[in-house]
Amino acid sequence: METLANLAMGFSIAITPFTLLLAIIGCFVGTIIGALPGLGPSNGVALLIPISFSMGLDAISALVLLTSVYYGAMYGGRISSILLNIPGDEPAMMTTLDGYPMAKQGKAAEALVVSGVASFVGALLATIGLMVFAPYLARVAYQFGPAEYFALYMLAFCTLGGMGSNNQAKAALAAAIGLGIAMIGLDKTTGMPRFTFGELHLMDGVDFLVAIVGLFAVAEVFHFIESHGKDSAIGVKLGKILVPWRMLKQTSGAMLRGTGIGFVAGVLPGAGASLGSFLAYMAEKSAAKDKATFGQGNPKGVAAPEAGNNAAAGGALVPMLTLGVPGSGTTAVLLALLLTLNITPGPLLFTERPEVVWSLIASLLIANVVLLLMNVPMIKVFVKILSVPAWVLLPGVTMVAFVGIYSLTGSSFDMLMMVGFGVLGYVMRKLDIPTVPVILGILLGNAMEDNLRRAMVLSNGDWTFLFSSPIAVGLWIAAVLGFLAPLFLRRLLKKPPLPTTDPTLNED
Amino acid sequence: MKTWTRAAIAALMMTAAMPAMAEECIAPANPGGGWDFTCRQIGRIMTEIGLVPNMVQVTNLNGAGGGVAYTQVVSSRGDDPALFVAASSATTTRLAQNAFAGATADQVRWVGSIGGDPGVLVVAKDSPFQNLTDLVEAVKADPASVAFAGGSAVGGFDHLKVLMMLDKAGFEDARAVKYIGLDGGADAITQTVGGFAQAMTGDLSEITGFIKSGDVRPIAVLSESRVSGFEDVPTAKEQGVNIVAMNWRGIYVPKDISDEDYQKWVDMLRQVGESDQWKQVMAENGLEPYNLFGAEFEAFVNENIAEIQEISREIGLLQ
Repeated sequence: METLANLAMGFSIAITPFTLLLAIIGCFVGTIIGALPGLGPSNGVALLIPISFSMGLDAISALVLLTSVYYGAMYGGRISSILLNIPGDEPAMMTTLDGYPMAKQGKAAEALVVSGVASFVGALLATIGLMVFAPYLARVAYQFGPAEYFALYMLAFCTLGGMGSNNQAKAALAAAIGLGIAMIGLDKTTGMPRFTFGELHLMDGVDFLVAIVGLFAVAEVFHFIESHGKDSAIGVKLGKILVPWRMLKQTSGAMLRGTGIGFVAGVLPGAGASLGSFLAYMAEKSAAKDKATFGQGNPKGVAAPEAGNNAAAGGALVPMLTLGVPGSGTTAVLLALLLTLNITPGPLLFTERPEVVWSLIASLLIANVVLLLMNVPMIKVFVKILSVPAWVLLPGVTMVAFVGIYSLTGSSFDMLMMVGFGVLGYVMRKLDIPTVPVILGILLGNAMEDNLRRAMVLSNGDWTFLFSSPIAVGLWIAAVLGFLAPLFLRRLLKKPPLPTTDPTLNED
Repeated sequence: MKTWTRAAIAALMMTAAMPAMAEECIAPANPGGGWDFTCRQIGRIMTEIGLVPNMVQVTNLNGAGGGVAYTQVVSSRGDDPALFVAASSATTTRLAQNAFAGATADQVRWVGSIGGDPGVLVVAKDSPFQNLTDLVEAVKADPASVAFAGGSAVGGFDHLKVLMMLDKAGFEDARAVKYIGLDGGADAITQTVGGFAQAMTGDLSEITGFIKSGDVRPIAVLSESRVSGFEDVPTAKEQGVNIVAMNWRGIYVPKDISDEDYQKWVDMLRQVGESDQWKQVMAENGLEPYNLFGAEFEAFVNENIAEIQEISREIGLLQ
């Protein structure tokens, strides 16, 4: 009851014509930022912070605007994943795996609707979860020490083997490349720079946004040039938008499971939306009866990661608000915004500044409804932006990629690095090596290593510390199962690995 | 609809690229961090009290913990009289450890510091350590039994605070001290509350909420005197350990500007530091006065760097 009263108070503050207008603008801009490769939620929000200051917005209005952008970007990321095979932002990476094959089969509209609804379900349930459980969930973060985090990352990497659609060794190779790249930069445990060759720009390591834009967007451009647009991702046609009720019903379980997994991953600081969507996808795949069709356009493979990443986006607000610990890059930027508005997130935020918390939650709910409307009935608007002729889109994608990356650090070094990743992505595509594990390696490798080394410092080098808590042991068991299950299941089912061709190469 | 998008993007670009203004402050980090805060607040107050006729433009130049901004100022903005750059203890720490690709502290001119965030040592609420002496004794008895968590990497300011404190308390084996570096103070707090680390060091402002909620217990604040709002937290000095560690907030300017221009910045910063607006900002953000200007500040920076270098050599960060 108290929750509802608080929520009513939140709505009474957040619903004014002006804030509604801001929410609509924020959702629209956010969806575009999310859809454009190179501009993700974190730099979208970062770009808008100075603007909200110069507009002189008060705390609540600024929060409404920026959280709308945040959620909008989480929705938007899927559009280019599905239509262009280029993830609009890093959590939308998993959506390319099944979303793009669906688009190739002429089911782009279905994929967009299913993923839009999945995003809504994920974000809505996560916001409710945030509302009801946030104060209790904060305690969960206290249970996770270095050993538990390390086990969690191991779980992610152990399930990787099941991901490469045709060759596990290639997936492992790709993950190793990613882990290697993650080692570049300042080593937190000794304070020494590694593999930087005295280059200042490498001190912070390689930004995964640089890698993702290079590996996906730039590589796609190279591929397009080579094939003269033949079987390139660019230029997928979109049919009439009908709501595929049967498909929605069929994927509802995937959405709910994805939401649950994503939310938990979001609540844990240091896991975040990308891990949420990854684990949601892998769990759905291993639980499904029709495993073989994953990676070839299974709608469940679209619903699960989209629900997962949007739920994680909501979940990541829990540690940000209750502990002041940002669970992802974007929440780090939002945290910065709160601090500049003189709002200090932490254990006392819910009691000392309830009006801020509840109007934030209300604005999340508003944004979510606005986004559902924008992303299902009005999806054509955004698709139009991406389905301009290739001679416009291609330079456009290239330009946005360069501008987006330049906006990260304002140095040309990152742009050169992005082109380097583009070449790498092109070569990997030629060799039929998946690029998703590279990104995962970069994204999780650092945190995984830091936690392992912290664990070793804490335990004076005793490795049994890694198995010293029930949570850690549980995660290890899941990791071992995740690693072994695909091997055994395959033998039991006597199903040889599927034809070793990439659907993107011979269809159409 | 497409025109809408174009209009929206055009509007965004125009707001982002505001007309060039005379004074510019570089914040060597993304919007929202401490350096960004320094730039925006100092810039705002300079305009409000009429020191500059227009808005101070804030440029965010992230990278290498301030190193990208530092080397850029040294190499290509060396004689720009309208430029100042936000700095803090992290800047001098990294300079001391030669983390700015060979750049040294004498390649810029240090203007001054107008506030500081006092360092603080906290333990979980159910910790057996009641005061600083308990903690120091435990480390002396068995350094492996006490793990410190902090919001910076090994060798960063949070780590150095622990080492300097223990050094002053008579424990000299810096390499034996257990420290885990996390991403920011709040992250370090959760590890301490969760019982993975036994104590935590950070800046007072970043952990105020956890102290007030009772999740952690402060055992010493590393300032000259007790901090207003936290009068019941004793200083380290009171407990017999003579250490003051303030994360100061200040600015530097390029080296090759004229002495008059340098003096102008010193005077302007002094006036900002004395303004009521700044006092209010400090009160709202848990900062304490920490005023050092001109030559005095340059001397402080040099001493600070020498001290950090000595400790860094002990722990093997510097050869």
